[in-house]
Amino acid sequence: MIAAIRKLVVQVDETRIEMGQPVAPPTRRAVAMAVIANPYAGRYSQSLEELTAIGEELGGLLGAKCVEALGIRPEQAESYGKAAIVGEGGELEHAAALLHPKMGATLRRAVSKGAALVPSAKKIGGLGSAIDVPLGHKDAAFVRSHFDAIEARVADGPRANEILVAIAVTDSGRPLARVGGLQIQEIKGEDGLR
Amino acid sequence: MIELRRVFTHVEQIYHEFGPPAAQPLLRGAAAALIRNPYAGRYEPNIAPFMDELKPLGVELAHRLLAALRVGTGEVQGYGKGAIIGSAGELEHGALWHVPGGYAMREALGWKDASAPNPGSAQHGNALAIVPSTKKVAAPGTPIDIPLTHINACYVRSHLDAIEVRVPAAPAADELAYILAMSTGPRVHARLGGLRLEQIERWDGQR
Repeated sequence: MIAAIRKLVVQVDETRIEMGQPVAPPTRRAVAMAVIANPYAGRYSQSLEELTAIGEELGGLLGAKCVEALGIRPEQAESYGKAAIVGEGGELEHAAALLHPKMGATLRRAVSKGAALVPSAKKIGGLGSAIDVPLGHKDAAFVRSHFDAIEARVADGPRANEILVAIAVTDSGRPLARVGGLQIQEIKGEDGLR
Repeated sequence: MIELRRVFTHVEQIYHEFGPPAAQPLLRGAAAALIRNPYAGRYEPNIAPFMDELKPLGVELAHRLLAALRVGTGEVQGYGKGAIIGSAGELEHGALWHVPGGYAMREALGWKDASAPNPGSAQHGNALAIVPSTKKVAAPGTPIDIPLTHINACYVRSHLDAIEVRVPAAPAADELAYILAMSTGPRVHARLGGLRLEQIERWDGQR
């Protein structure tokens, strides 16, 4: 383990009734969050390789936590997303180093396949800051029923020298999706888009 | 008739808080049920019968939380409960949760199992302590701090704790969020003396 993890938080949000309508089977979204030490807090570093390595590690760890919390097989995962909140002793580029170069590959192994871009968000924040993690279908980004977001927040993090890293995985789309677009049963899942 | 709209679970694994990492990370978790408030928007004098209707929900939520924590009942050391009432309800609607929530969780943890789970002691059953609680009327996404105390003796100082629970986008005006919380040990760096776990001897829920 390269990441110095202070705390892991996993949430599952299950919707059974929306606007009075039964949702069967219920839609379920998981978000797994790690509060880690920021190795570059308080200084400018040209190289951000340590965070890139941590991102690679956390993609697998947090992806697996979501799958485990949903109680599904990896291939049953339908959408995903990722995000980071950098404590105020760090810079936005630290989130980019975690999220972009290597996290996707390990996350995709945790959810199997994953032809589509992993949508992401990042910001600087403090204790209890919330971030909306964007969600998109993991194999076909145009699946409209799976455009969604889930909030990630840890009450006591990130401190100034920490980073909150979040990965979200679902086994479903929005509860009462009915605005058309590409349907899940129409996708090929090869080019990441359709 | 309970209209269960949403179930939300939250689990924390706490490795350290800038001190020596624990041998086993502390687990703290909470489960929240979002249900329609049958009394929203009006004053209903006779609400007590709803407590019986809520009993199965208390049992289900206690087991959902144990499953989310991935622990057996023997590993739970702290607990608490709470309620957030959506803006069309009143505080008293949160109080409906005391009996079905508290007793369901205590029964799930062996409250009525008198087969002395701690051999050689006078312990009669598990989960002997009152379940501490908080409640409030609040807007969607408002956090609530759920107090945690030791399940058998509320004066065990190392286990006096709290977990913040917040359900994004809930409760709606006509909803109730009923919450149960559990933990598997003391605060991660507890070091302030007081009654220790191994000093429990009265088994009266307090000491």
